[in-house]
Amino acid sequence: MTRLRLAALTVLGLCFAAPAAMAEQVIKSAVVRVERDVPLPISRLDLPIEDDGFAGARQATRDNSTTGQFLGQKYEMLEVDTTTTDLTATLDRLMAEGVTSIVSIAAADDLLTMADHLAEQPMLLLNASAEEDRLRNDACRANVLHIAPSRAMLADGLAQYLIWKRWSTWLLIHGSHPDDITKAESLRRAAKKFGAEIVEERVFEDTGGARRTDSGHVKVQKQIPVFTQRAEEHDVVIAVDENQVFGLYLPYRTWDARPVAGDAGLVARSWHPAFEGWGATQLQRRFEKKEGRRMTDLDYQVWVALRAIGEAATRAGTADPVALRDWMLSDEFEIAAFKGQKLNFRPWNNQLRQGVIMADEKLVVTVSPQEEFLHQVTRLDTLGFDRPESTCTF
Amino acid sequence: MRLLPSLTALLIAGPIIAGQAQAYTVYVTNEKGNSLTIIDSETWEVTQTLDIGQRPRGITISPDGSELYVCASDDDTVQVFDTATMQLKHTLPSGPDPELFVLHPSGNPLYIANEDDNIVTVVDVKELRVLAEVPVGVEPEGMGVSPDGSVVVNTSETTNMAHFINTETFEIDTNVLVDQRPRFAEFTKDGKKLYVSAEIGGTVSVIDPAAGEITKKIGFEVAGIVPEALQPVGVRATSDGKKVFVALGPANRVAVIDGETDEVIEYLLVGQRVWQMAFTPDEKYIITTNGNSNDVSVIDVESLKVIKSIQVGEQPWGVVVSPS
Repeated sequence: MTRLRLAALTVLGLCFAAPAAMAEQVIKSAVVRVERDVPLPISRLDLPIEDDGFAGARQATRDNSTTGQFLGQKYEMLEVDTTTTDLTATLDRLMAEGVTSIVSIAAADDLLTMADHLAEQPMLLLNASAEEDRLRNDACRANVLHIAPSRAMLADGLAQYLIWKRWSTWLLIHGSHPDDITKAESLRRAAKKFGAEIVEERVFEDTGGARRTDSGHVKVQKQIPVFTQRAEEHDVVIAVDENQVFGLYLPYRTWDARPVAGDAGLVARSWHPAFEGWGATQLQRRFEKKEGRRMTDLDYQVWVALRAIGEAATRAGTADPVALRDWMLSDEFEIAAFKGQKLNFRPWNNQLRQGVIMADEKLVVTVSPQEEFLHQVTRLDTLGFDRPESTCTF
Repeated sequence: MRLLPSLTALLIAGPIIAGQAQAYTVYVTNEKGNSLTIIDSETWEVTQTLDIGQRPRGITISPDGSELYVCASDDDTVQVFDTATMQLKHTLPSGPDPELFVLHPSGNPLYIANEDDNIVTVVDVKELRVLAEVPVGVEPEGMGVSPDGSVVVNTSETTNMAHFINTETFEIDTNVLVDQRPRFAEFTKDGKKLYVSAEIGGTVSVIDPAAGEITKKIGFEVAGIVPEALQPVGVRATSDGKKVFVALGPANRVAVIDGETDEVIEYLLVGQRVWQMAFTPDEKYIITTNGNSNDVSVIDVESLKVIKSIQVGEQPWGVVVSPS
């Protein structure tokens, strides 16, 4: 092992002796956002941000370029909006323009379309937004690298903290959309994995209608206590509400005085604008200074995706997408992304290992994995589908 | 009266011993406490605690010991204290969010890493003005200066390089790629080696400054501690270059490296989240700041024993010792 590292060092040494003599390398990426119908949020504070994700891409490109100037590497990035219908044509156009890596902001099915369309192409594809577990299991694709944490990773991170807190009996309330049904499954799995008990489940039916009305709170104040009464004895309410139909109505309104976690209250996520751990403040500050707003989870995920490409280009000294992907999936790859330890990819499903932040609206409460949960390889693999559980085959 | 001679000997010896162990003043910044703790190295007791600027981190002292420089990160300034009175003399135009800096061996200028702007600011500490701003990699942090003062090395935490800045032209002559999140740069006194720690990479790179090449990477291993907790931060080398101390952050250990072979020879248990270190000028002791246990540890350099821990303010970060 030691010998291997030294060998790699020598190769790097050579790469760096040479940059002045090398022609400038151009690493051209596109961030592709596929239009989606999203319901209006319950809170007007959650109205969609126009450049959500794109701003993170711009920050990553600035960071990569700063590094690139010392190595004769140039980073270009295109912000591309498209639709499901135009998706493959858009990809063809980008390939023709010389784009060699794509960061996707797209729903699971659109991501699969992209993966299959690009399967035989020399193109890096990084998933920055889709959290579905199936993309890491039965529907996995060899040419997709997942930067977004999976639902299972988020659910496991939350479960670890709740178990640490000794809140081990859960009332699970999930929505009626298909997304909610599959997401609830991630929570059930996490409960079983870490020894929590789901004492009761309830379904909150989405009956449609306007999300926000002038005095909507009057009705909600009466509706939620009734909806949550006579539940089995529980420590915590887990809300599963992918489409923001009811989750935020639960805190302070449940029949029993219980904390809420999941899609309201304590939320598991990859990033939070108040997060200051492991130097994160530095990224928050330089992002806010340039973009004039706070950094979202999606901004962070796109930032990590492009930084991973930059890191691979720096270390491997190449702009070739196939060589970059090989490097990213090798043992040599590591990236620092403000999570307190180096991150790399799981070889069995190309998922980026990463810590998960649990936070309320204003502050970070904790970061999982919790140190009490041990693992034979790395504690990060206590989150999500570990090698023996994976059903992904490339 | 056979007792008398030995008693006399004791009485005489007492003051002599005290005279030999010279007393130095140890200054510790407390990042969360917004304070500065002053410790007497003879008694190892806290003699004074001062409220200073917000989020004090990097700290250094002028070669004559008259001026103390502190990065007050959240005040975006460097505070300068008169060590005789411990009064704030003035502040330096430091650029935003100063975290670490290094003073030229002559005592002027001061080279400051500004994390937010990807620059190193060069400040004349006598005329209180900015001499130059040097663009470096993303998130500049560690600062080291060669003993002859000709080169300042800055480490950039996201670019992952050691940038060699020529102190005459203020331009970067060489860049050396190191492991993830480089934190600290320390030259040996003969200027022949440069040690650069990489917190997330978990290594210390040994660099030949003349060639601008890594000659060795030092890894760390402690039984019972997960590898990701072995995070090298502060580095200090003795003047003879024979012992190099590396603070390992959340591993609560200081690694001692044989400066000739660059192999780890010892791990010393200190306080929690050990961060920065400073020698006493006679190099009999090295003092470590332990952020999570709110104390500093004192290591005997010769015997490699941790001889003392001293409670300081909240989250001690940086430490410097008076030159005499």
